[in-house]
Amino acid sequence: MEKGLAHYIWTHTRKQQLWILLVVAASMIPYFLSFDLPKQIVNGPIQGHGFEGEAATQTFMRIAYDLPFFGNVVFFPGVELNRLQMLVGLSLVFLALVVVNGVFKLYINTYKGRLGERLLRRIRFELVDRVLRFPPAQFKRVKGAEIASMVKDEVEPLGGFTGDAFVAPALLGGQAATALFFILVQNVWLGMIAGIIVAVQAVVIPRMRRRLLILGRERQLTARELAGRVSEIVDGIGTIHAFDTSNLERADIASRLGRIFKIRYDLYQWKFLVKFINNFLASVTPFLFYLIGGYLALQGRLDIGQLVAVIAAYKDLPGPLKELIDWDQARQDVQVKFTQVVEQFKVDHLIDPAIQAVSFEATAPLDGPLSAINLTVADDSGARTLEHLSIQFARGEFTAIIGGAAAGGEALAEALGRIVWPESGRLTVGKTDLLELPESVAGRRITYVSSDGYFFFGSLCDNLLYGLKHAPLRVPEYDDDHKATRKWEISEARAAGNPDLDIHGDWIDYEAAGATGPDDLFASIAAVLDCVCLTRDILELALRSTITPRSHGALAAHIVALCHTLRHELDKAGLSNLVVPFEPDRYNIEATVGENLLFGTAIGEELTGPAIGRNPYFVDVVSRNGLDRILYRMGYEIAENAVELFAGLPPDHPFFQQLTFMTPDDLPYYQKLLQRLKGKDFSETTEDDKHDIIRLSFAYIEPRHRFGLLTDQLMAKIVDARRQFHEGMPDTMKGAIERYDPDSYTASASILDNVLFGRVSHRQADGPERVRAMVISLLSEPGIYDQVLSIGLDFNLGAGGRRLTQVQRQKLNLARALLRRSDFYVFNRPLPGLDARLQEQVCRNALELLQEKGQRPGVVWVLSNTTLTDLFDRVLIFDNGKLVGDGKHADLADNATFRELVS
Amino acid sequence: MLLKDEVQMLRRVPLFAGVDPTKLKLLAFTSDRVTYGIGETLFRQGDTGDAAYVILTGKADVLVETPGGQIKVAQIEDNSIVGEIAILCDVSRTATVKAATNLEALRISKEHFLKLLTDFPEITIEIVRVLADRLSRTTIDLSDERARARKPD
Repeated sequence: MEKGLAHYIWTHTRKQQLWILLVVAASMIPYFLSFDLPKQIVNGPIQGHGFEGEAATQTFMRIAYDLPFFGNVVFFPGVELNRLQMLVGLSLVFLALVVVNGVFKLYINTYKGRLGERLLRRIRFELVDRVLRFPPAQFKRVKGAEIASMVKDEVEPLGGFTGDAFVAPALLGGQAATALFFILVQNVWLGMIAGIIVAVQAVVIPRMRRRLLILGRERQLTARELAGRVSEIVDGIGTIHAFDTSNLERADIASRLGRIFKIRYDLYQWKFLVKFINNFLASVTPFLFYLIGGYLALQGRLDIGQLVAVIAAYKDLPGPLKELIDWDQARQDVQVKFTQVVEQFKVDHLIDPAIQAVSFEATAPLDGPLSAINLTVADDSGARTLEHLSIQFARGEFTAIIGGAAAGGEALAEALGRIVWPESGRLTVGKTDLLELPESVAGRRITYVSSDGYFFFGSLCDNLLYGLKHAPLRVPEYDDDHKATRKWEISEARAAGNPDLDIHGDWIDYEAAGATGPDDLFASIAAVLDCVCLTRDILELALRSTITPRSHGALAAHIVALCHTLRHELDKAGLSNLVVPFEPDRYNIEATVGENLLFGTAIGEELTGPAIGRNPYFVDVVSRNGLDRILYRMGYEIAENAVELFAGLPPDHPFFQQLTFMTPDDLPYYQKLLQRLKGKDFSETTEDDKHDIIRLSFAYIEPRHRFGLLTDQLMAKIVDARRQFHEGMPDTMKGAIERYDPDSYTASASILDNVLFGRVSHRQADGPERVRAMVISLLSEPGIYDQVLSIGLDFNLGAGGRRLTQVQRQKLNLARALLRRSDFYVFNRPLPGLDARLQEQVCRNALELLQEKGQRPGVVWVLSNTTLTDLFDRVLIFDNGKLVGDGKHADLADNATFRELVS
Repeated sequence: MLLKDEVQMLRRVPLFAGVDPTKLKLLAFTSDRVTYGIGETLFRQGDTGDAAYVILTGKADVLVETPGGQIKVAQIEDNSIVGEIAILCDVSRTATVKAATNLEALRISKEHFLKLLTDFPEITIEIVRVLADRLSRTTIDLSDERARARKPD
């Protein structure tokens, strides 16, 4: 990237700049014509010059020029018009000129805007492109938020400036020069005075602005650092809370803001001081004109007409001059910003663009072993983590690397994964240097996995397939509308120097995943998920998801049917009382009183949460049956029980977990409420108190809370009220609730709830786990399993994959690597979060899967523990950055370091 | 069964005999009431201990895995507590416990159980007594076994 902004703009927009200059020049013609026209209208038709006599006419629009070689050429002979016709004609010409000027202005502004936006797009892209090509070590020094703030905010003003970069000085400079020239023509001395003042302005003001530029640079740097710090606070919030350092962070931010304020205020003061001096110099000129010009006139050396003409001409000078100075300030401002940003992105050892060039072809297998030749790797402090290692890994060979923490195995793996670059020595594939190999080869034929793989915001499936998306392999089918849009996208991208790869194309390399297309990709996915023991987690995610019958019609129907199968299975296993199903005319003892009354899932605002107690229709149904009085009694007893049980316990006591119908903070309130309501009849209590008491009864589940408040009679009454509630429901409320219906799918409930269609008994030990296991086994039947799994795959991982647990993330990270077909797999302690048993199982599965893939790739696995070495053909032992053992598992027993590691 | 009946049953458990009934009610309320059929497992040897069980009705077998197969080492009667060792010492379950009859139990989670001990010293003392009792019995058994083993000499 060039260092000078002007040069950069000129290089990329040369043609457009020249064109716009030409257009601006052309626009001057109608602009000046329209200045002259009013005079013609007033003098001609209005005041009647040249129309002396009744029928006098004049020629209108005669276009004739004396041309060299051709003599007088008449392009248009003109028409003879009388005075009124002339007035109309000239006025119309005036209107036409106004329109022409307007159109010119519109064209020029739009053109300049487009020019600027394209350049902005180009700069932004170039910056991000550079980030993608930074050498790995660079990322230890930069903060993501600072880079983001540079790409997003700091280059933004460049776009606005681009359009004016060359046009404005040409135009304004021309105007100012014309005015100065005119003054000079009127009177040389006065002209020179004006010239000197302009020169002073041109010298002094930019000098004063130098300080402004320094301040501007500081402002930019401090603001960028602030962005970096804010993002650090967001990323490190856990650590901040853990160590009670929030006030340190507050102090830091406050002090930074103080500095930014100081800089900005300084900037503000200087800016207005400069403005003041500028204005003063501009107004001093007329003062000199009056004084000196007046003196000269009194002396008789200057006639008054000239003086007036000079002063009139001077009116046109400060305007363009001021704009010119403003332009210059803008120029210096964006120049500073540009230089600042470019410096940050000017990095040594940038990866050659050719290495990252997009490749649509399947890359051929690597033609040789992976070798390290006299390889030395150092960390940031210069300490060597791996010293003078020469080793070769052949395809088809499974190699384990063991050693203590930071013994050298990780460094070797990182170097093989191109995460760090060697300090000396080389890594080669066959005869080619690994770092000179295009990424389309190294990034596809070698798969590197560590434990800290990053997950992008999106679904689980997107992240799983991430390692397959190297190029837009299949162009999407566009209809005519979209075709036009796509065409526009391509041409614009090219105009701004951006690549025109289609993000909406199909980027998935199915062959690399061992599939032929989207249809059979699923088998590969299911296999790797099984391999890393993640399938069950994903099925559980699916169970907790909701689907709409509209988008998953067949599955929804299947799940409704599955509900009966589950009942059948439970009966068969003698567990029929594990789940109590919802039945329209029976009270469900394992569900809350509220659920039994509503008998449906509330989806509208009217019936959700506290609003239900204020819903007139619902309240009417309840009180019509006298239920309000009963529920009030019930709520009152629940409150009494809760107060008796929990009074005196501190609010953070673990027992409060069991108190489902109120929070520890509610307890004192209910304590007071009970005292107030003691001995009062139902009719004497206020609406609010009733509401607060009855609310408690809604969450009551007899087998769970066991206060003995539900009688058969009450249950029958509730079922009756439920029937009335649904039968008489007004049309306006029908959308607010989805009724439990055994024959249809409830879209607002999770898949698990739909399969259960009831509540799990509280009395059965481990009831929920057992039921879930049963449901999962039912959903694992062919035909339905794929659909359920793909619903789980739609789960959104959140920022950085944080909605998954660490163990799930590590499994997924390994899964997406195993999905790819490579010649070499480098695993750098990929599963530290898993317990030893699971680690062993996943490692075993992974090696088996890789073996099955046929081509038998090479595997280099840095192990966390020594127990798994017997799974590998060859074991390397590292200690202190040096290779201290290399051999088969069986021969290791003699190795001193190995014995130490095992013990 | 209602909360107040459970409180009556808990009072019959020696461990809780000295505890104030309102506290027992709280304990009953915050614990899960679970039922097991014959042969169902309360917990397995080697699992991490997450709860203790107070057997309200029924009997349970204590089984230990040995290389030679499962051996029944004891039977637990109603009104006794089982599974508290794994919670107290943070070790995995030392034995498998299965229901020998239809069984009703109160499942007290680890967190609640520990809280109970710190809040109510009378329960702690009772637990210590039960454990000491078991230890002395085990010591007697062990010395008997040793004596028997030495006899052939």
